[in-house]
Amino acid sequence: MTRFLSLLSRELRLSIRHGSDTLAALLFFLLAAALFPLAIGPAPETLGRLAPGIIWVCALLAALLPLDRLFGAELEDGSLDQLLLCGLPPAAVALAKAAGHWLTTGLPLLLAAAPLAIMLRMPEDGIPALLAGLLPGTAILSLLGSAGAAIVLGARRGGVLLPLLVLPLAAPVLIFGVGAADAATGGLSPRPHLLLLAALLAAALPLCPLAAGAALRHAAE
Amino acid sequence: MRGGPDITRAAHGRKLPEPARLQTAPARDYVGGVDATLSRSPQPVRNLHRFANPGRFLRISGRLLPPLAVAAAILTAAGFAWGLFFAPADWQQGDSVRIMYVHVPAAWLASSGYVALAVCSVLSLVWRHPLADLAAVEIGPVGAGFAALCLATGSLWGKPTWGAWWVWDARLTSMLVLFFLYLGHVALVRAFDDPQRGYRAGAILALVGVVDLPIIKFSVDWWNTLHQPSTITLTGAPSMYVGMLWPLLICALGFTLGFAAIVTARLRAAVMERRIRALLMARARESG
Repeated sequence: MTRFLSLLSRELRLSIRHGSDTLAALLFFLLAAALFPLAIGPAPETLGRLAPGIIWVCALLAALLPLDRLFGAELEDGSLDQLLLCGLPPAAVALAKAAGHWLTTGLPLLLAAAPLAIMLRMPEDGIPALLAGLLPGTAILSLLGSAGAAIVLGARRGGVLLPLLVLPLAAPVLIFGVGAADAATGGLSPRPHLLLLAALLAAALPLCPLAAGAALRHAAE
Repeated sequence: MRGGPDITRAAHGRKLPEPARLQTAPARDYVGGVDATLSRSPQPVRNLHRFANPGRFLRISGRLLPPLAVAAAILTAAGFAWGLFFAPADWQQGDSVRIMYVHVPAAWLASSGYVALAVCSVLSLVWRHPLADLAAVEIGPVGAGFAALCLATGSLWGKPTWGAWWVWDARLTSMLVLFFLYLGHVALVRAFDDPQRGYRAGAILALVGVVDLPIIKFSVDWWNTLHQPSTITLTGAPSMYVGMLWPLLICALGFTLGFAAIVTARLRAAVMERRIRALLMARARESG
């Protein structure tokens, strides 16, 4: 457990010291979402209807951005081997990485989503459900993304492959996340959608680090 | 064959074997020409590795492939002829129901092809079976082809019956995801300079993607979809006219044999390609 925490704090220290990398994903999220009012027009009723979808898709794409370098730097300078030798099982290393990714990318996206939803004129009833959906949603994305990043580690064109592998698997997250926000906007209970998202998180939490750990072991061979 | 370069050599020169693997299969079993020692051993794992011998695989599959391909062609042609010309039209959908004889077998094959891919991935990850590695690589494009066929025929069928080429329905979306999973696997296994890395990465991806299969299967029950629920189940009687069921089953059998024949042919080609490359490498090493 101490090793896990020290690995996690190492991730956080690294992301603080390379602050621009962390901010880039957030900036992408805001910029990409800001393009939609320009593209589809600023009419509040259209924007408000589309807002949950826009925010979810942009969050999905923004969460993918830093994945490329999640294990890449460690593989290149050889510290990946040391991480795998530090006594933690590879799955725990992957889990620490996913947790680091969520704290440095998922959480900022979640915090930025609320002002963005207001800017996109989303009805106020839907915003709590949107954020409640993004909370498990971004965590699932971090877990799936860390598994994907570990699988493409060392591949040619890994950065292009990664979205191709992760986005189809992330489709259910998107469906239920937007479903929760839409239900709340329409006056229905977002609870079933949120429970399904929580179930997805409960399934991804043990399985994704296992897959990522297996991939890391093969990558370090 | 004996001592000749083959794919088992490539697997052997990879890394130190784990202790578990040493117990189940001694290292000499991997060098080829081991038919006598292996055929006597009753253990299932050894039987599994009997087919890791590429010479044996080429012999068996060479004998198996022609009848397989001929049977597939005959059955598919007979099923199509029966389904397209003799089977009755649907009382609601008219003649457009005949797309079913292509669409349904393609959908079944796309899903079961992914199951085969996942089984090969387990064999590849757990037993490091060299033939399973190659089989997974070769199943990918074929399965993607069947998934594409299923989506295309489904789209053609959707236009006259639903009035739209494409509907964002749970069954259609999950099938599309399966198609992308196939494509991701195809792209991933070929993206590594070291083929062994590609096999492992592809195997892990294929196993992660298995979650999509139950979603496809149960999508018509879980969601209120436009796509009809299952007509044919293993437990109950099919809610379908027998005159339509028989050609459908014959088409499905023909498609299955065709899938097997294509994969076997591709696998043979891959094994021979490996062998040629190894021979060329050996010759280059001798002359250089």
